[in-house]
Amino acid sequence: MRCALLGNGLKVLIHEEHTAPLASVWCWYKAGSKDERPGLTGVSHWVEHMNFKGTTNIPRDQVKGIIEQFGGTWNGYTWIDQTTYFETATRDALDRMLFIESERMANCLYHPDDCESERTVIISELQGGDNDPDQLLDQELTATAFKAHPYRHPTIGWLPDLQTMTRDDLYGYYRRYYVPNNATLVIVGDVETDVALRRAEHHFGAIQPGAEVSRIRTVEPEQTGERRLTIRKPGTTAYLKVGYHAPSATDGHFFPLLILDAVLTGAKGLNLWSSFRGAAPQRSTRLYRALVERGIASWVGGSLLPTEQPFLYTISATVTDGTPLPSAESTLLEELDRVERGGITDAELTKAKAQLRARLVFDSDSVTNIAHQLGYFETIGGVESFTTLAPRIAAVTVDEVNAAARAVLPSANRTIGWFDPLPVGEESAK
Amino acid sequence: MSLRTSDFVLRDFVLRASWPGLAPARTVLDNGAVVLAKRASMTPAVAIHLAMRAGSSCDPDDATGATWLLSRVIDRGTALRSAADIAEELDGRGITITTTVTRHLFSLLCTCLADDFEPVLELLGDILMSPTIPDEELATRKGQVITAIRQDDDNPGVRASETLMALLYPNGHPYGRPTKGSIAVVESLTRDRLLRLHEERFAPAALTAAIVGDVDVPRALDVAARVLGLWRKPLPTRTVLPPVRRATTRSRSVIPMMNKAQADIAYGFTTIARRDPAYYAYWLMNNVFGQYSLGGRLGDSIRERQGMAYYASSSLDANVVEGPLVVRAGVSPANVDRAVASIDEEVARLAGEGVTEKELDESRRFLIGSIPRALETNAAIANFLQNAEFFELGLDYDVRLPELLSAVTVDEVNAAARHAVAVDRATIVIAGPYRDS
Repeated sequence: MRCALLGNGLKVLIHEEHTAPLASVWCWYKAGSKDERPGLTGVSHWVEHMNFKGTTNIPRDQVKGIIEQFGGTWNGYTWIDQTTYFETATRDALDRMLFIESERMANCLYHPDDCESERTVIISELQGGDNDPDQLLDQELTATAFKAHPYRHPTIGWLPDLQTMTRDDLYGYYRRYYVPNNATLVIVGDVETDVALRRAEHHFGAIQPGAEVSRIRTVEPEQTGERRLTIRKPGTTAYLKVGYHAPSATDGHFFPLLILDAVLTGAKGLNLWSSFRGAAPQRSTRLYRALVERGIASWVGGSLLPTEQPFLYTISATVTDGTPLPSAESTLLEELDRVERGGITDAELTKAKAQLRARLVFDSDSVTNIAHQLGYFETIGGVESFTTLAPRIAAVTVDEVNAAARAVLPSANRTIGWFDPLPVGEESAK
Repeated sequence: MSLRTSDFVLRDFVLRASWPGLAPARTVLDNGAVVLAKRASMTPAVAIHLAMRAGSSCDPDDATGATWLLSRVIDRGTALRSAADIAEELDGRGITITTTVTRHLFSLLCTCLADDFEPVLELLGDILMSPTIPDEELATRKGQVITAIRQDDDNPGVRASETLMALLYPNGHPYGRPTKGSIAVVESLTRDRLLRLHEERFAPAALTAAIVGDVDVPRALDVAARVLGLWRKPLPTRTVLPPVRRATTRSRSVIPMMNKAQADIAYGFTTIARRDPAYYAYWLMNNVFGQYSLGGRLGDSIRERQGMAYYASSSLDANVVEGPLVVRAGVSPANVDRAVASIDEEVARLAGEGVTEKELDESRRFLIGSIPRALETNAAIANFLQNAEFFELGLDYDVRLPELLSAVTVDEVNAAARHAVAVDRATIVIAGPYRDS
């Protein structure tokens, strides 16, 4: 892999992968929901939407088809630490992809009519999420677990902010964060590194750097006691979540906690983009056996994602029809107490490492996935934090896992959330 | 740099010349099982996809959901392995088995490290051929399935889609039944009933194994022959599907779910069978209508121009018999009527005016150009090979596909549109916080 820094501060990562006649281009910005100030929650995500609506040199009516002409796909996402955009297409589209991303960085239009039209699209997206009780609970649990840090608000934003944000708010945010010295360009695929770098310089080299981005520096104060929330709404199914403040990706406890999560719920891997593809290997894990095999929950899962600053380790369960929520909670907490007190075994460590090794392979099965991983880790702690994943996982000891369990799992560090369904009205019954 | 249309001229022809083709190996074992193998070395991993022609269409008339429940419990004990043994074997290798049930196929899918290929195929073969369905495992999986059915009951998207399918395929047609069945049926199903279903529907001549990844083709075929070749059972009786009757009138159903924030619209028609020669015209028609870029014409109208929905698109599922074309959109309850009117408008335009040469050309280029990307991963290739085998499309289908799409004319697409969609034959279901005024 080649890592280069252009004169305007844009970092460029290029990795040749010649197994298919494809190339994937991702442009990453260190601009996520943690960068949003009160009243502007959701601005990062809304800006992401606006950046698909034409530029000075890509007229609005030519956005559609611009990459599809190459058989390509495009998309983007916004999360707590970053916003990213990508195209994956046949290799001869490389220049087109770089052109699109350079335009997106410098020349988006933010027509007032488009801003208004997108407001209702985003509110529709928010309402679609609210239809899912599990997602609603996750949002509320995160907001309860954090008192001060901006990780507390959802990436999509709070509805009142979405209703009142202005075009100037959006455009101001875009101009502040979409500068080459706050971005990383990743190119992976059937390309020649020198050629790709020259083309990147051609498209991006003239974009002026911006002022250094000022960051919100809020540090979440240590949690001093267990927190709880209960959502009571009409529904058919009960959901349970327990969230613990967890270390950032660069913290020494992160990889031991990753192993602990694999022991408890199975290894998910570390690719946010592909993590939705399949379930974790978890049938022999502690929480699966305690909750699912005993018929208490129909599903259990853990979520520990690599983040720039300390976020959450969340365990979620879908409670089986007929099982009381308190019973599910006490079983879950008993297992967590047990591992906090007694630690894990050598055999569990060996199995967890084998799972994570396999997931690293499975999560790198396409140029799109490889490019995602390089860019994602670059935005949260440097690309070397991705290239050293395997040895860092291999080096974790039982003692380190047990120390992480003792550090993270105490009750004072957790927030417990219930979605406790009320009977659905007759008009909604099947 | 600015955009020039001429950049794109003849790109599809260039692609066609450069695409080497998958060229998979295919063999039929003595017992009738088909094995497809393709070497791919991007990662040291192998995707194994075993597909049995025993999907939910095989559900007994009085036991809708039996195949789905079988899929939840089939990998929880075999003649050789307990559920705990299987759990250890999977978790120790860092792998999972995904079991899927479509209308016609019951599939086991697994991606494993290349070093684990042989033992993992042995495990999958054992699960497929010799499940024991222990009673205690069945009880646990029933609890999971019942909870999942309850979750579906609270999901406007699922409610809208399932109700639409029941209306498009009425009178107990297998395409109209909910795959998971009902709570009452799930509760009533016994171990003996599921074992009988397995005995009647699972057989080597109904099996296709696709193996794609970092394993030599001769070795893949040898291991498959050793694992699957000794299984002897007669070919199951063929399931005959009732004829599909097209709706002749417009219908509209509302499922009020006042505890929800957003309404889901499902709007559809029955269309054609996958093996109908007009399939490629339908495929292109649907791409223009509700797929191209961000949802085709539907996405342009409902999301981009009117800002009414986060998603609006259409899907075509031509199948063994006439499958559905379904428009889906998620909208604020205040916009339901406007959204339905917009879908009507696009349906009327498609049926009345058809598509333009430019739209057809764009969709065609996209579909042809996307072939290398769609066939990049082991799992995607295995799925593609299974589809080609099921519909008898040939081992060179990926190579012929550009020609098949290129041969479609705008007149054929417009004939497909006139046949497929009409406002006065639409079946519409709305589920969410909405009531008919």
